[in-house]
Amino acid sequence: MKMKFLASPVLLSFLLAAPVSAQSINAAGATFPAPLYQKWFGEYRAAHPSVSINYQAIGSGGGIKQLTDGTIDFGASDKPMSDQELAAVKVKPLHFPTVLGAVVIVYNVPGLKGTLQLSPASIAGIYLGQINKWSDPKIKAENPSASLPDKPILVVRRSDGSGTSFVFTDYLSQVSPEWKSKVGANSMVSWPTGLGQKGNDGVAGMVKQSPYSIGYVELLYAAQNKMTFASLKNADGKVVTPSLESVTAAAAASKGLDKDFRGSIVNAPGPTSYPISTYTWLLIPSRIPDAGKRKAITDFLAWMLKDGQKDAPGLSYAPLPKPVAAQVEKQIALIK
Amino acid sequence: MATPAAVVRPTRTLRKPLISGDELAKAFTFFFAALIIVVTFALVWQLWIGSSPAKEKFGFRFLTSSLWNPVTDEYGALPFIYGTLLTSFLALLISVPLGVGAAIYLSELASPRLSNTLTFLVELLAAVPSVIFGLIAIFSLVPLMRDYIEPALQNAFGSTPLFSGPAFGVGYLTAGMILAVMTFPFIISVSREALMAVPREQREAALALGATKWESTWQIVLPFAKLGILGSVFLGLARALGETMAVTMVIGNDPAIHASLLAPGYTIAAVIANEFTEASGKMYSSALVELGLVLFALTMLINGVAQLMIVLTTKKGSAKA
Repeated sequence: MKMKFLASPVLLSFLLAAPVSAQSINAAGATFPAPLYQKWFGEYRAAHPSVSINYQAIGSGGGIKQLTDGTIDFGASDKPMSDQELAAVKVKPLHFPTVLGAVVIVYNVPGLKGTLQLSPASIAGIYLGQINKWSDPKIKAENPSASLPDKPILVVRRSDGSGTSFVFTDYLSQVSPEWKSKVGANSMVSWPTGLGQKGNDGVAGMVKQSPYSIGYVELLYAAQNKMTFASLKNADGKVVTPSLESVTAAAAASKGLDKDFRGSIVNAPGPTSYPISTYTWLLIPSRIPDAGKRKAITDFLAWMLKDGQKDAPGLSYAPLPKPVAAQVEKQIALIK
Repeated sequence: MATPAAVVRPTRTLRKPLISGDELAKAFTFFFAALIIVVTFALVWQLWIGSSPAKEKFGFRFLTSSLWNPVTDEYGALPFIYGTLLTSFLALLISVPLGVGAAIYLSELASPRLSNTLTFLVELLAAVPSVIFGLIAIFSLVPLMRDYIEPALQNAFGSTPLFSGPAFGVGYLTAGMILAVMTFPFIISVSREALMAVPREQREAALALGATKWESTWQIVLPFAKLGILGSVFLGLARALGETMAVTMVIGNDPAIHASLLAPGYTIAAVIANEFTEASGKMYSSALVELGLVLFALTMLINGVAQLMIVLTTKKGSAKA
């Protein structure tokens, strides 16, 4: 029998010639701060036409992987590198915190008025599959005046490995011993329940169009999509709405980052701290042999810590607390 | 004597150059044909090498375990194999009767003008990129399934585990439905070609013997075109097995085995697309590569079965004749 080709795919390869410039730097990594990074690199290039930084938002894990393989000049990640990951890199990378962000719990419950309030125990319960109806007594107790429907909860999570998932599961591991022992914290975990969607936009889209669903996304995505998000009970037992202020408060109140600027600030103490907050980092090699490249990168870092910070609030990121920025600046001298 | 020989020699070399055009063409086309085999082997070789850490660690347990945990670095392929086979089966269950039925109408009953127009549209449908189908599925099919079809199925068959659990509109059944939509252009188009290739005399003979139009189609034309139709089904199956984007958008991406068709699941192609970019550990990426190897083996196996079926049915047919 003669088979007929129905669709013959035409492969077109576009060869984009890189613009000629004195210093072209390649970076890749986290998607969450990508809008801000694109703005930064664009602005920086306008001010310094000889330096062009190309950033590819391929995800935190991808950034770490490419940095380890040595295919990029620097990486970016929402998740600090583990000791094991650091050991695998030939030239030890330095962690440079850039801004702060928050992961918010978005939901879609038709007929529910006011803001949903959730305790760490109920969030862990929902994601462990133990709380599976909106009318569960635990949720009711936290929202006495809300009319909660007797409907099953559609739990939405990420299907791809993600820094957002890392921050969220890191938080759940801190507040729930059961989560810590059964699931743990990672950019990709073995989820006990729920359905996965790719990317922050995938989760946001699914929650938006599915009644009785719950999910977690970066603050920026929830704000852009005008979604309703829950207020959370923090470590001090106070109910806090996610905002730039409550994220900054969490950074100020947490015990701080380690000496090498790694570390997590989830479940921070303090009455106004939003519990699912995080730093996001640039991963810069500590040795850059090419002097021109080294100067371009260190100059950019100094600019980012001063002028660059002013761009953050406009895009729903919280700038670094002043003392942290000052400390990070000292680290620039370590790049040799 | 010497002069004629001197004349003959140059003509000989003119007539018979070192390599004739035919031989050159043969060598070139052989090179292209051999390239297919080389590429296939290189592919298997790469998958084999890339998956060796996972193969060494898990062995055959990889195929039977349903644990997929990147935190503890434990991997098993069973939920993905199950999801891939189940969604493809559901797709064919819907698209084969639909596709073959449509092909019969287009080749036997419709006017040539209508048949050509519809066939053109069907072939257009086959060329639509799969991500477009995924978007349509997420915005139209998912709400439709969630609000109407799945509650109706639960009302009708609520007692069976096949339709148990909450209906979220995302899961095996929705993935099967979108795959059905994606496979049936292939089935219609190729089946129609096969039916059109049945000699006119066969139909005329049947009609002359007093058969109705339907009897001639059902008893004469369809068995004659059996091979082509079978080929179209396997072409559709191949697309269903490997489909990635549209499936991952509606299947729910949950690496577990559920009896309910309404529950979320996962397929091999979808998990590779979702997790490979962020798979930072060596064992993790190697387990994903091994999933690729499993999908390759699955496709080979199904194609083998298809070939076998074709051989068996042709033998049976010729024995009868």
